[in-house]
Amino acid sequence: MKPPPFAYHDPSTLEEAISLLSTLPNARPLAGGQSMMPMLNMRFAQPDHLVDLNRIAGLDGVTVEPDGALTIGAMARQRVLEQHPEVARRCPLMVEALAQVGHRQTRNRGTIGGSLCHLDPAAELPLVAAAMEAVVRVAGPNGQRDIAFADFAQGYMTPEMEPEELLVAVRIPAQPAGAGHCFLEYARRHGDFAIASVAVMLVPDAVGRIAEARVALGGVGAVPLRLPEAEAALRGAPDVSRAVAATKTLEPMEDALVPAWYRRHLAGVLLGRALVIAQSRMGRA
Amino acid sequence: MSVIGRSVPRLEDPPLLRGEGAFAADISFPRQLHMRVVRAEMAHARLLAVDVSAALALPGVVAVWTGEDVATIPPIPFRATKLKGLEPYCQPILARGRVRYVGEPVAVVFAENAALAEDAADLVVADLEELPALLDAAAPPRDFDATHATEPAILRKSYGDVEAGFAAAHAVLDLDLSIGRHSGVPLETRGAIARYDAASDTLELHGTAKKQHWNRDEIARLLGRSPTSVHLFEGHVGGGFGVRGELYPEDLLVCLAALRLRRPVKWIEDRREHLVATNHSRQQRHRLRAAVDAEGRLIAIDNVFFHDQGAYVRTHGARVADMSAGLLLGPYAVPAYRATGHFRLTNKTPAATYRAPGRYEGTFVRERLMDAIAARLGLDRVEVRRRNFVPVSAMPFTRPLDALGTDVVLDSGDYALLLDKALARFGWEARQADIARRRAAGESVGLGLGFFVEKSGLGPSDGVRMSVDPTGVVELVTGAASVGQGVETALAQIAADALGVDYRCVRVVRGQTNRIEFGSGAHASRVTVMSGSATHLAGLALRDLALGTAATLLQAPKESLTIVDGMVCRADGPALPIGEVARALAAGTKLSRERAVPGLTTEGWFHSDHMTYPYGVHLAQVALDRMTGAVAVEHYLVAYDVGRAVNPKLVEGQIIGGFAQGLGGALFEEFRYDERGQPLSTTLADYLMPTIAEMPPLDVLVTEDAPSPLNPLGVKGAGEGGTNAVGAAIASAIDDALGNKGLVTRLPVTPREVLRLLGEIEA
Repeated sequence: MKPPPFAYHDPSTLEEAISLLSTLPNARPLAGGQSMMPMLNMRFAQPDHLVDLNRIAGLDGVTVEPDGALTIGAMARQRVLEQHPEVARRCPLMVEALAQVGHRQTRNRGTIGGSLCHLDPAAELPLVAAAMEAVVRVAGPNGQRDIAFADFAQGYMTPEMEPEELLVAVRIPAQPAGAGHCFLEYARRHGDFAIASVAVMLVPDAVGRIAEARVALGGVGAVPLRLPEAEAALRGAPDVSRAVAATKTLEPMEDALVPAWYRRHLAGVLLGRALVIAQSRMGRA
Repeated sequence: MSVIGRSVPRLEDPPLLRGEGAFAADISFPRQLHMRVVRAEMAHARLLAVDVSAALALPGVVAVWTGEDVATIPPIPFRATKLKGLEPYCQPILARGRVRYVGEPVAVVFAENAALAEDAADLVVADLEELPALLDAAAPPRDFDATHATEPAILRKSYGDVEAGFAAAHAVLDLDLSIGRHSGVPLETRGAIARYDAASDTLELHGTAKKQHWNRDEIARLLGRSPTSVHLFEGHVGGGFGVRGELYPEDLLVCLAALRLRRPVKWIEDRREHLVATNHSRQQRHRLRAAVDAEGRLIAIDNVFFHDQGAYVRTHGARVADMSAGLLLGPYAVPAYRATGHFRLTNKTPAATYRAPGRYEGTFVRERLMDAIAARLGLDRVEVRRRNFVPVSAMPFTRPLDALGTDVVLDSGDYALLLDKALARFGWEARQADIARRRAAGESVGLGLGFFVEKSGLGPSDGVRMSVDPTGVVELVTGAASVGQGVETALAQIAADALGVDYRCVRVVRGQTNRIEFGSGAHASRVTVMSGSATHLAGLALRDLALGTAATLLQAPKESLTIVDGMVCRADGPALPIGEVARALAAGTKLSRERAVPGLTTEGWFHSDHMTYPYGVHLAQVALDRMTGAVAVEHYLVAYDVGRAVNPKLVEGQIIGGFAQGLGGALFEEFRYDERGQPLSTTLADYLMPTIAEMPPLDVLVTEDAPSPLNPLGVKGAGEGGTNAVGAAIASAIDDALGNKGLVTRLPVTPREVLRLLGEIEA
């Protein structure tokens, strides 16, 4: 478990990093390294060049926008976000999810940008981004562009980015007033990638009815999935059993260790439980 | 006050806590080469050719060997066994002609650094022609090779009239029970660093563990050297659990390379290798029949089992199967018994011992049976066990069976007493009431138990050399080894108690074959019993010598002297440091000439023909999540009688750590394979070891009600009781939560299996 040979680069500016990624063949960026280093050591990833982003200043900030949204730098450590008061205030769903991202030791290094770009179908942070309708900011040789997370998460572990582009920040709209949220996952052991996971946000109207429902599921598709049927069933007079029944149409991936039916089954179980919790946390707009 | 029985701090800790330990990977020598093993990627295939040319061409690669290059080296041997005919199944150090499991060493690369060696290993191409993989040990045997079948042996042990027992039975129980394949996965993987010192013609092997002296003798024999020209050294060992320190192909390969290449050779196993190359364990299927009378008393047991040995017979021979046959009955008196163990090979990683080998399996099987008897006859589960206990009045209890080559004689034990203490400590009755309330509210909760008898203190002999230097420091040289369990502290306590010094003045030297001629290492929960007793005897002899010598120096009768805290004291006041006594016995002194050998030094030897049998009970409370199938262990108790606890904190540590491993086998850990024999559990993300988050509230009750009559300290081994009955107790509790229908027949109990048993889903 020694990595294959690669050249190591440690640029100090974003421009330099993008330039390296644009000019070097088979180059990969390195953020927190909690997925990349094992992939290198197991030789699943065999880049010729590794561009380390850790010395670039200014990529790890957490700022509150005028509209209340959070803009989080890609290199912000998961552990920092877990303890950040503004994140707790504006995106409690993320804090709930972060407690289940790996282990404290991995969260000390792991970054939000690394997790979003790695895009493991069972990872917690991409699921939060899907539920919160986050927008990612990507920088490349031709400048920056914003991409809705739903468009960014295109395929299995494949973000909608060019190899010479870097994710620099993610914008997360603040959770609306009175909204009830819940993040639940099931894994055999604490800290493992979930077999299935669910992120729910219920946004009330002025009299406390559900005006908008967000239901996102992890582990049951190639990318985090929104479940529009369930969301529709929850608006107005909520029909929880119809929302949960919407999971029956899911077609999760099958692998040698977990059959598709178990992921689908868990998605329904977790959604039912998450809705109870989210409803209990919901207030009025 | 004796230092035995006190939880004094560990002598081992300072270097470990400061990060100054010397584990295998910490050991390096100038000019060393790094070895990388190329492993088979098919479970069963003809090995037609191995192309090493591209690897050899890589700059920095010094040598690449295949099976042809090491054809003169005999295969890895096994330790003494009464079974005949195992030799053809031993593993060659590199495959020739055929590969039999994914992970089998096919070639080795020697290069200037570890990364380069791995680069080169990727370039070695093995030409394999795939053959059907045999993966079920209960399936009919096939051909191992042209002249041998995949069943090297059938173990048979029996006594009494089994058939008559079944004929007279009130009821016959028939169970089909399986234990999943799992094993010890120490934090530190294996490592081996060999160095040939041409100046002294000595071959050294560093990074060793567990069985230094036996391994030294075998390495010497296999390489055609004298044992005195080979030395094995133990540094720190990051967990043993049975799997570390056995003689593996890699150990021979680094030694051979150091001799041939005339450079030190270092090999550090990586985690992926570890999970396919280091001994697996446990996989066994039992078809158990039992005859009972109307009161639930056992009349006869017929234990037919299939042991999945994997692809080769390794150093243990058939020991796990042997213990599965010989020790199955545990604490119960059974008039007639027959064991038929089918010892079979499959195309999986070879298996051997793992903490509580043969007993984790046997206890699961036996205790499932006891629950089944209770359910069949409508009896209380605890009462059924009580009725079948070997009574304290029958101790020592000779069972007409053998295990590990010794007759099974239960040396001491009051099983009913321990059961009572454990039930009270656990609050069994109160919990039963609480469980009934929760069930009425719709929860699936249950209580379970597993009673067991461990074995420890395997003989035949252990010796130590104990000396006092002029500064009063005691050196205790032992042939025992340390796998991190606290050997130094425990032996120092025993030495200090016998001699009359502070235990912190005792330096324990272990695992070094150049310091003592004989040794048995660290395994089978034997060190405290065997080396501890030898230390006790040596300490008493040394005390006697010190007193006799001091009698002359202090001009007082020997009987009037005592040794307290390293001072030899006269009753009326004057005292002499024990170091001064040692100085008076140094070579050349007047007093030393009166003795056969100079020095305040002695050897102590302890011999034993029989094992000692500690015993215990595990009690568990679980709750099932009816929707996910998750099993939450809500409370757990391990009660264990060790005869006498030299250091209670170390005993508790053994039990807690051992429990975690047992929990892994009960709920999480399993080496799984696909239908072609490809391993599916090759990282710690797929092979699910429990972490601290999975540890339940765990209570430990250590008792000393039945000291062993077989050794001067009364001690019994403490290493394996925390593991032994976890599978049994958890299975029992889950079954209880499911209504005590005997549904749990297989370990590990996975969430999907729980869902299936709950009938919540078509699985």
